[in-house]
Amino acid sequence: MIDQITVFLENSEGRLAALCRTLAWANINMRSLVIADTTDYGVVRIICDDPQRALDVLTAADYRAISTKVAAIGVPNEPGGLARLLAKLDELDQNIEYGYCFSLSGDMACDVLKISGAEEASAAAKAIEDAGFKLLKQEDIA
Amino acid sequence: MSRQQDILTLPHDQIEAIQLEGVKKTVIKCYENVEFYKKSFDAAGFNPYEIESLEDLAKAPFTTKQDLRDNYPYGFFAVPLSEVKEIHMSSGTTGIATVGGYTDHDLEIWGDCFARGVEFANGGADDVMQVCYGYGLFTGGLGAHYGGVAAGCMTIPMSAGNTERQIRVMRELGTTILCCTPSYAMHIADTAIAMGLDPKKDFKLRAGIHGAEAFSDNFRADLEKKLDFKVLDVYGLTETMGPGVAIECWEQNGLHLAEDHFFAEIIDPDTGEVLPDGEWGELVITTIDREATPVVRYRTRDITRIIPGECACGRTHRRIDRLHGRTDDMLIIRGVNVFPSQIEDVMKTMPELSSWYVIELTTVAHLDRVTLKVEMEQGFDFDEIRQIERLQKELEAKLKTALSVGVKVKVVEPKSIPRSEGKAKRVIDLREGVN
Ligand SMILES: [Zn+2]
Repeated sequence: MIDQITVFLENSEGRLAALCRTLAWANINMRSLVIADTTDYGVVRIICDDPQRALDVLTAADYRAISTKVAAIGVPNEPGGLARLLAKLDELDQNIEYGYCFSLSGDMACDVLKISGAEEASAAAKAIEDAGFKLLKQEDIA
Repeated sequence: MSRQQDILTLPHDQIEAIQLEGVKKTVIKCYENVEFYKKSFDAAGFNPYEIESLEDLAKAPFTTKQDLRDNYPYGFFAVPLSEVKEIHMSSGTTGIATVGGYTDHDLEIWGDCFARGVEFANGGADDVMQVCYGYGLFTGGLGAHYGGVAAGCMTIPMSAGNTERQIRVMRELGTTILCCTPSYAMHIADTAIAMGLDPKKDFKLRAGIHGAEAFSDNFRADLEKKLDFKVLDVYGLTETMGPGVAIECWEQNGLHLAEDHFFAEIIDPDTGEVLPDGEWGELVITTIDREATPVVRYRTRDITRIIPGECACGRTHRRIDRLHGRTDDMLIIRGVNVFPSQIEDVMKTMPELSSWYVIELTTVAHLDRVTLKVEMEQGFDFDEIRQIERLQKELEAKLKTALSVGVKVKVVEPKSIPRSEGKAKRVIDLREGVN
């Protein structure tokens, strides 16, 4: 499991740019940034090299930011890589809140999954690992 | 303070005797020295020389804020200006202020009245009072200041603003009593905690005397927990003096009126009829010994009630309940009366929300639209969007039940609701045809 930073943002002009600038000035390197938005606000999910510092920096700058444990699974960056993982999850009958992927290096991609509930999440992570997938740690991301 | 202790426990019939004497003098003084009262008493057929009981005062006509405005600046002064030592003005949203004048005697009474707050907090010469109400025309700053000095406290005249400096002074000078608006106290608390301070260890606060805006019991509990002290509510208004007209004692069960200086009635705001103790209505005040600007039956527009019965603290002065809001804070939304405090009460049942909010009123297709902007409390897990949606829906449903008016809830980013240093602005009215 790795730490994802989640930030609440109002849908107003320039907020996302300001957020990215705040992290850039703190020299934090983002590996991934995805936005889930509604008409009024958005939730920005960030994977970066130093989540604790990102959280401190954002909180000090008056952003509402929290840290969330998510499962990060390394899959081969090739056709069908994600399909095999999803098939496995289907088999495990696991309730996934959301997921997204980003590419780690040339031949590896990272699938991020949010599984609700701490117990369910660690049980699911173990099942995924037992099925032969590589569960990534914070060091693998940084 | 022994002078105060005696008067605060005087049997109530003796207080009433003081009040009757004072009311008689006030109405005559007003009639003979203030052109407005000469005209209004005559027009109402009220004879100021024929008051025999406190009930007789109900025959006198009311004084309204508009009357004071119409006679700006000196029309309500009952003494020669050479006797007036200080002036305060209340801010008017319409532009014209109301003016209060103070003679030496009036200033002394003011100090004594506010000093009762220190007495109620079991304080005195050993206390360090930090006043961060604004100093100036607003009565908050100097009123608290005179009270601190009269009570023998070491009084620090900080005025409002520069929150980090307030916190430094509070810590380094060992402030024990804090005086400011409740919303500013909350801002100080939040800022101190964000600076990494632990109010329990870093401050010596014992009590806060907070007024000039209504605050809910939940807000109070929150503030008391954050700053590890006890919060006493103080009431007052420029038109009758300033803060100190009534102050809560350590029992926190109503605010003791300074009945030796003010006579209070509760009226039905629609009919003007005097209501019995216990019933909610508009507070009406007659000054008993004010020299410069005495008022007769001044309509405060504040909604409260007289709490029947005696206070557990043993003091005999009657208590008013904590304010339900002002008649002019009351919003009429789609024909329904709504007080911002009702919204605050609902919000407080949801720990996911912070205390900061603003109500925005707009017109959409000729109908009133209410939007409540709220901030999430630190620590609320909003990673899944449905949690934010649940929060919004739950609050909207609760508001609908409590107010009978639909309110759209909008969650906003932290600090996007302005932190005030004076009175918090809770309502933004952008409706067509209003203001
Ligand atoms: Zn009491």
